[in-house]
Amino acid sequence: MTISIDPQKTNNESLQPKGWLRYFSFSLDHKVIGIQYLVCGFLFYLIGGTLASAIRIELASPMSDFMPRDVYNQVLTLHGTIMIFLWIVPVVNGAFGNYLIPFYVGARDMAFPRLNAVAFWLIPPSGLMLVASYFVEGAAQAGWTAYPPLSITTPQSGQIIWILSVLLLGGSSIFGGINFIATIIKLRRPGLKLMQLPMYCWAMLGTSLLVVLSTPVLAGTLILLSFDIIANTGFFNPVLGGNVVVYQHLFWFYSHPAVYIMVLPAFGLVSEILPVHARKPLFGYTTMVFSIMGIVVLGLVVWAHHMFTSGTPPWMRLFFTIATAFIAVPTGIKFFNWVATLWGGKISINSAMLFSCGFIINFVFGGITGVALAQVPFDIHVHDTYFVVAHFHYIVYGGTVFIIFSSIYHWFPKVTGRILNEKLGILHFIITFIGFNLCFAPQHWLGLNGMPRRVAEYDPQFQFVNQISSLGALLMAISTIPFLINVFLSVRNGKNAGDNPWNALTPEWLTSSPPPVENWEGEAPLVEEPYGYGKEIS
Amino acid sequence: MLNKNFYLILIISLVFAISFWIGFNVNLLPAEASINAPIYDELFKILFIIGLIIFIGMTIAVTYSLFKFRKRNDQIGDGIALEGNLSLEIVWTIIPSIIVLLIGLYSYNIYDRMGGMKELNHNHEMMSSNTEKIWAGISQTSDNEIAINNLSIEVSAMQFAFLFNYPKGNFISGELHVPVDQKVSMKMESKDVIHAFWVPEFRIKQDIIPGQPTILNFTPTKVGKYPIICAELCGPYHGGMRASIIVEEESDYNEWFNKNKKSEVNL
Repeated sequence: MTISIDPQKTNNESLQPKGWLRYFSFSLDHKVIGIQYLVCGFLFYLIGGTLASAIRIELASPMSDFMPRDVYNQVLTLHGTIMIFLWIVPVVNGAFGNYLIPFYVGARDMAFPRLNAVAFWLIPPSGLMLVASYFVEGAAQAGWTAYPPLSITTPQSGQIIWILSVLLLGGSSIFGGINFIATIIKLRRPGLKLMQLPMYCWAMLGTSLLVVLSTPVLAGTLILLSFDIIANTGFFNPVLGGNVVVYQHLFWFYSHPAVYIMVLPAFGLVSEILPVHARKPLFGYTTMVFSIMGIVVLGLVVWAHHMFTSGTPPWMRLFFTIATAFIAVPTGIKFFNWVATLWGGKISINSAMLFSCGFIINFVFGGITGVALAQVPFDIHVHDTYFVVAHFHYIVYGGTVFIIFSSIYHWFPKVTGRILNEKLGILHFIITFIGFNLCFAPQHWLGLNGMPRRVAEYDPQFQFVNQISSLGALLMAISTIPFLINVFLSVRNGKNAGDNPWNALTPEWLTSSPPPVENWEGEAPLVEEPYGYGKEIS
Repeated sequence: MLNKNFYLILIISLVFAISFWIGFNVNLLPAEASINAPIYDELFKILFIIGLIIFIGMTIAVTYSLFKFRKRNDQIGDGIALEGNLSLEIVWTIIPSIIVLLIGLYSYNIYDRMGGMKELNHNHEMMSSNTEKIWAGISQTSDNEIAINNLSIEVSAMQFAFLFNYPKGNFISGELHVPVDQKVSMKMESKDVIHAFWVPEFRIKQDIIPGQPTILNFTPTKVGKYPIICAELCGPYHGGMRASIIVEEESDYNEWFNKNKKSEVNL
């Protein structure tokens, strides 16, 4: 029996608060938890974005004149940590995963609803703790990578709070990962085969495997680092005979897969959005599944490409070059498949579609610079420069964040029963796309020509290009305004969406919008062809 | 049908032509001042052109699809129920695999020419003691071994400066002076946190690690003054951690060296 209703749980549900108050409760409903993740993540996105603006203001002039130098390092550390651990990872995994996965497998909730609620409620306190550490003795200032010995020698309280916060967030991520694996494998509705699941399930299965395999390594590493800081042990402290490069290996064993933890769910989401708005089946379902699993396997054996200028022996540099470059093959397959999905469709040009296409263009660009960076001789010149900063923002912002926005436009009618305003949505897309490219494209040139990353001051010859970049950042900040106006207006007064405004075939649209507490009034429908567009004349 | 193929070939040739033109005419890199730099720039040019072809091609494919296959107001119903095409999918698995493999082999060749695959302990005085563990850096394919006698330099990095020790002259300098066209060999170690030695015009970078000496070899080819930049976050003044490398004619270098040399040293 795959669907079981725990009577005790049902009683609990009836005790849960109703209306908007339920979003502030320890709700066990996967849909409520999904929205909690999304809104909480977006609030931290606004904080992280404010920090990014502070960085771009500082870099509008070559001198370090906007904030003290140690504060600048705290700002860049918090910006990185917040955007990764409190915005992108919780939103693409926790928010959309919780909301969609039970629908996709035909279940009434996640496998472990209480664990699910615990996983979410770890996030707000650890996020607040991280931000509050600024007011104690200054936040951590060793970058989000926290390389020792710098992280051992900077003020201790900030670094220790940073470690505690990342440990809690990592725990939350592991709880979520276990829950997704169990739900996808064990809670499928009778008759639903693995190869009939919507692609986002496969993406989340792959992502969750990476979370469960690699996050514990980060946790162990950070615990050892905290021993070095507070108990004067010498795991990574060279003064006591420790080895700083070992930390980098352990750190990147998690933090490279973390990139796939941030982009694989986005690959899944875009695979849901494109077929609906192009009115065509997802092209190459089977190769998509295999390329996701290929990325998972390869993603675990490429970490040392972050360390080509550390101390690594030549054979290791060579191995990691080849392994990294080969990730381009399964990734490339997915992009060709998406373009083939668009080809010959009847495409609605709406906000969700535009953000998805923006994602394809941005991510292809970031992927190309990624293959170049994988080559040791290429990387040696640009490692730790603005070229790398530009590259990974093309992946995580131009890629994942574009898909988060695309998904919000796509699933907003499901959650609220109302459609977001299209004019404001397209305006949001145009400003974001121009601002993003204006901000990050010029940074490639800065890196190639001699501007290292994480600096508060730079050579005056780079001022003009940095100002272009800062102007782009300003546009990105402005782009949030039409989005927020749109959400606040539409959630109350938006056009009524009906149950299935896009005529989509995936299971979440086969119930009312917003859905009832246990997802379906009766039995969950059996959806054997989630992408069966064009098969019947409608 | 013939007409369609003609346009397709025309567009593909145009994408290639534009990419090659940009690749050969747009220079995104700083001056070349070491024997590494032209080798690096050769790799950069190839990757730049391949990248442009893929990027322009994909962008055209996406924007063309959006225009050509957009839903007109009078249209209802779905697109064609095309779920896959095995031969097409095999093609776009194999071709990228071959490209990636060729790039990998080519960059291995570039790396070898830069000296990245060389035994580092080879013929290097400072590494005569076998007990010392040296981790990688870049060596270089210059056979000018005589030069090593004068040009073994010990670099120490600390928050927030570089110091250059010339053991043969028994003096320490805050500026790195080297003669042009001679191989320089540096052994680097940090006194506190991790730093990195980067000279953009030389296209070389190596982390300087506490408790773990690293080696960096290079041969400057152009007289001039270039920045040495710390590229690894090392604390509040990381952005200001700079030094200069002065590449000069051999006579000028010898003059500078003899002026600074401590006379009591026996060579």
